[in-house]
Amino acid sequence: MHPTNNSHTGILQRDLLVAIRQGSDFLNPLLFFVMTTTLVPLAVSPSPSQLAVIAPGMIWITALLATLLALDGIFKDDLADGSLLQIILSPKSLWSLVLAKVIAHWLKTGLPITLMAPLLGMMLSLPGEGYIPLVTGLAVGTACFSLIGAVGAALTVALQRGGVLLSLVVMPLYFPVLIFGASSVQRAVQGLEYLPVLAMLGAFFTFTLLTGPFAAAAALRVGING
Amino acid sequence: MWQSILKFIQKWFHRFGSPRWFYQTTGKWLPYLAVISVGLLVLGSIWGLGFAPQDARQGNSYRIIFIHVPISVLAMIGYYVMAAAGAVALIWKIKIANMVMVSAAPLGAALTFLALLTGSIWGKPTWGTYWVWDARITSMLILFFLYLGVIALNQAFTSRDTAYKACAILSLVGTVNIPIIYKSVDWWYTLHQPATIKLTGASSIHPDMLKPLIVMILGFYCFYALVLMLNTRTEILAREWRSSWVRGLSQ
Repeated sequence: MHPTNNSHTGILQRDLLVAIRQGSDFLNPLLFFVMTTTLVPLAVSPSPSQLAVIAPGMIWITALLATLLALDGIFKDDLADGSLLQIILSPKSLWSLVLAKVIAHWLKTGLPITLMAPLLGMMLSLPGEGYIPLVTGLAVGTACFSLIGAVGAALTVALQRGGVLLSLVVMPLYFPVLIFGASSVQRAVQGLEYLPVLAMLGAFFTFTLLTGPFAAAAALRVGING
Repeated sequence: MWQSILKFIQKWFHRFGSPRWFYQTTGKWLPYLAVISVGLLVLGSIWGLGFAPQDARQGNSYRIIFIHVPISVLAMIGYYVMAAAGAVALIWKIKIANMVMVSAAPLGAALTFLALLTGSIWGKPTWGTYWVWDARITSMLILFFLYLGVIALNQAFTSRDTAYKACAILSLVGTVNIPIIYKSVDWWYTLHQPATIKLTGASSIHPDMLKPLIVMILGFYCFYALVLMLNTRTEILAREWRSSWVRGLSQ
């Protein structure tokens, strides 16, 4: 197999292999997600009726923060070891390689968070109707977070202290995802129709999937200059 | 004929792209623009605050509309000015467009902050609280965050060229997202339906109140253009200080 033919899956495989061998790429965002959710009953109230009301929003907020925290690493490690320059110099179109990095990032952070969410929902006494929209919404929503976040991560890749800046730059763009995601769970809990809201989230995901990689590729070419 | 028009536009485009030409030309415009904007703002303020009729329900407290509405309009348009300048800079690589974009960011952020401030001052007598999670207020707050993101990004880079390009990309991404953010916030608001009374409605405004309002909006447009030019001129001097014509200015 010629390496340039399959550079897209090559990057994906490599990123996942590195993450599996290190372990912390998977575990740290997940631990952050669990720990910050644990803060909620401690700070608000352990009463199940109160927790059930805020559970959808709290899980979504902590999931957002956990993805945001892991965003800094999408391109930064590759810049440090020089492989990012090779990716940019490769004859393949940059957006498809950026997409591979985003998919790898989602598999490392978004997917574990999505799979962990039902457990946290149970701990926050989320009513039974909320689990299906919570998991489907988070699966799509965290993918949006990774796609949008890649633009910000690409812009700040060469900055020494880009972490907080990255959050500031990216977070306003996360608002629609949070609104649709959290309210689909809330509607399900209240016994209302939630599929239209999830469909809206899906539409937003499609839109970011179509535009995000191009913006991130353009941002990467600018960002590596520091 | 078309070719000569095209040639004229090209020539103008190239000249306008030069910081020196921009600096010298706007220098001639500034006094006129300053007189016009101060004149309109003074006229509109006196008309609006002193002579426009009282509101039947809000009494005199509605008069903040003559400041609040123009500021809010420009705060929103300012983002598009910034993004359009960024797009021009990215596509045609025009230096001056970058400088306009970077100068529009703090100006827009200041206007957005003032819109939020005057809105909450107006909210106290009419709604009874300084802050309500209303769709328009929330959208304005998010717009403020978007501006702050561009400003923070601009300051983070050591290389000016990278900072310009990065800000241009970010403001374009933000522009694409603004309609989505607005729609989602609108939808979020109708979903929750907090118990607030809506008292503003531009369509039902009395003509006697509308006329001074339009004067104020025009005045603020001129004021915006004036401050944007001043900001851009400062940016030009800061970036072009090595060139001989800038050095010549101080002698």
